[in-house]
Amino acid sequence: MVIDLDRCTGCEACVVACHAENNISTVGEDQAGRGRAKHWIRVERYYEGEFPDVKVKFMPVLCQQCGDAPCEPVCPTFASYHTEEGLNGQVYNRCIGTRYCANACPYNVRFFNFYNPQWDKPLQLQLNPDVSVRSVGIMEKCTFCVQRIKAGEIQAEAEKREVRDGEIQPACVQSCPTRAMVFGDLNDPNSEVSRMARSNRATKLLGELGTQPKVTYLQRDSANVREDA
Amino acid sequence: MSAKTPEQINEDLLRPLSGVSPRYFIVLGCFVAVIIAAMFAFGWQINNGIGVAGIRRPVFWGFYITNFVFWIGLSHAGTLISAILRIANATWRRPVTRCAEVITVFALSIGATFPIIHLGRPWIFFWLVPYPSERGIWPNIRSPLLWDFFAINTYLLGSVTFLLLPMIPDFALIRDRTTGLKHKIYNVLSLGWTGSPRQWHRLEKAMQIMAIAIIPVAVSVHSIVSWDFAMAPVPMWHSTIFAPYFVAGAIFSGIAALIIAMALLRKFLHLEEYLLPIHFQNLGKLLLVMSLLWVYFVFSERLTGWYGNESSEMSVFWLTQTGRFSGLFWTMVVCNFIIPFPLLAIKKFRTITGCVIASIGVVIGMWLERFLIIVPSLSHKYLPYAYAASPYRPTWVEITITAGTFAGMVTLYMLFSKVVPIISVWELKWGQHPEEARDPLLARADEEEATA
Repeated sequence: MVIDLDRCTGCEACVVACHAENNISTVGEDQAGRGRAKHWIRVERYYEGEFPDVKVKFMPVLCQQCGDAPCEPVCPTFASYHTEEGLNGQVYNRCIGTRYCANACPYNVRFFNFYNPQWDKPLQLQLNPDVSVRSVGIMEKCTFCVQRIKAGEIQAEAEKREVRDGEIQPACVQSCPTRAMVFGDLNDPNSEVSRMARSNRATKLLGELGTQPKVTYLQRDSANVREDA
Repeated sequence: MSAKTPEQINEDLLRPLSGVSPRYFIVLGCFVAVIIAAMFAFGWQINNGIGVAGIRRPVFWGFYITNFVFWIGLSHAGTLISAILRIANATWRRPVTRCAEVITVFALSIGATFPIIHLGRPWIFFWLVPYPSERGIWPNIRSPLLWDFFAINTYLLGSVTFLLLPMIPDFALIRDRTTGLKHKIYNVLSLGWTGSPRQWHRLEKAMQIMAIAIIPVAVSVHSIVSWDFAMAPVPMWHSTIFAPYFVAGAIFSGIAALIIAMALLRKFLHLEEYLLPIHFQNLGKLLLVMSLLWVYFVFSERLTGWYGNESSEMSVFWLTQTGRFSGLFWTMVVCNFIIPFPLLAIKKFRTITGCVIASIGVVIGMWLERFLIIVPSLSHKYLPYAYAASPYRPTWVEITITAGTFAGMVTLYMLFSKVVPIISVWELKWGQHPEEARDPLLARADEEEATA
């Protein structure tokens, strides 16, 4: 995945789409105040300068699907493990809730079910049947919408063809009005993500930790921004 | 040490086993009540979800893991100290070893419950155990939590053996002095001990092997506990100093716990003539060494972190030095160094009272140390946007369970001291009357051998 920070307007459509797609329950005001809200993707806001001369920078942060993920080796039950496709899988059934993975994750993108999830009626009727609902005591996180990836692959296989570039879109990518997020196959050098990842604005979030994130951020080109302003 | 006849020693040390006073029951009842409250709290947590504890994102570990590290640390009191003193053949150790080894077994058992209590789904904790299951997978051997599982179980088995071995001759002694049901129970516990030279020889050999084997195990256990933290890329955790730092801290808190336990035993079991000021002074000197070592480790850890000047590390560094956690940090320094150092370094103050005050300080300080390692780092991990929005606060559930484990320690100790002589009778006699220490058991064995 590539996220162009120049294009992100901080509208948080991705956050809403993610909640709807992945059956992420809301926890209510009180619990959210205790830091127990679950947002598999969040838009971080950083401010530059003093009021009123302030520049806001938005940065959507989701699971970076690290190539060398700190969350994986620490899990005693293989609930957090590396899939063959290179995703950081989270197998809910295996999770016993040590929360070690969430401590090890430098991005803080792992979320814990402190209570059983609840939906105000009739919202439970809109749950996505392709995504399991997580019970109390279990860790969860962004899956890159693995259910959509699988569906796309099965469809392509049924039609006896390769998956087309841009055919599979996670909910956040699909909902982004400015196309700040692009999803695709990094193994294919001609895909749009591969081309964008080769940009000289490309950078990795906390790449210095050696986690080898699969999300590439395109830095804001501050010179251009000033010209526009 | 005033010389006592073997019969007097028997009399004095077996007296606590002969009966209990109403006061004992009242005190025991109070502690058991706290344990029941803690069990209720744990039940409440299982029923309602782990959310009733104060942990939150990103501080996913709080009181429970603090207690885990604290109790495992405390367990280094006994076995390690007693094994070192045995190998070094320090003769003053004789009245001290057993009460130290008991701390190990109990503190380890209590500490080992916390990794289960803290789980999101504690009812399937056994998935950590490698057994052929319908799930078709083994636990992940790369996870430090699994290393914990093996390390703690090894240490527990080892220290239980180390505790039980020298108890066999004492069980035999009690067996010979009791009748009825008690006689039957101690008969089983004494494993057919007759006190023949061959049995003595084997016991000594077994204890020598155990004393040497248990030391690397003890060191490895707290190293592995430290790697629960050091293996994760979290600021101020990811450090190579952690293993020796934790081991030193563990021995430090262990000696302090031992001094407190000895002072209580001395007072309540009237062992004034056995647990002498010299024992407290010697342990006090050990505590002084460990206090200095602890300061050295804290200083090295802080200095290298500060010198490295990595932004995420510095954010945690200042959080503990001058920020939100500075009150706790400096309390810890006062408890672990400022109070104990003069009390233990100046001979005039190194009395029983002085040692106990210093030890209480150290136990509090070391608990704070564990807390300060865990919570501030998790509150300030890398991305400032993901810093803890609301600071970690323990809830009544965590506090009750914590209190319950302290009550559990006292309860186990109280029960133990009524079942087993808390000072090793035969070892003490051996020290004071080497020529007849093995009597009367030895005499009986000789007779048996003669008749055979």
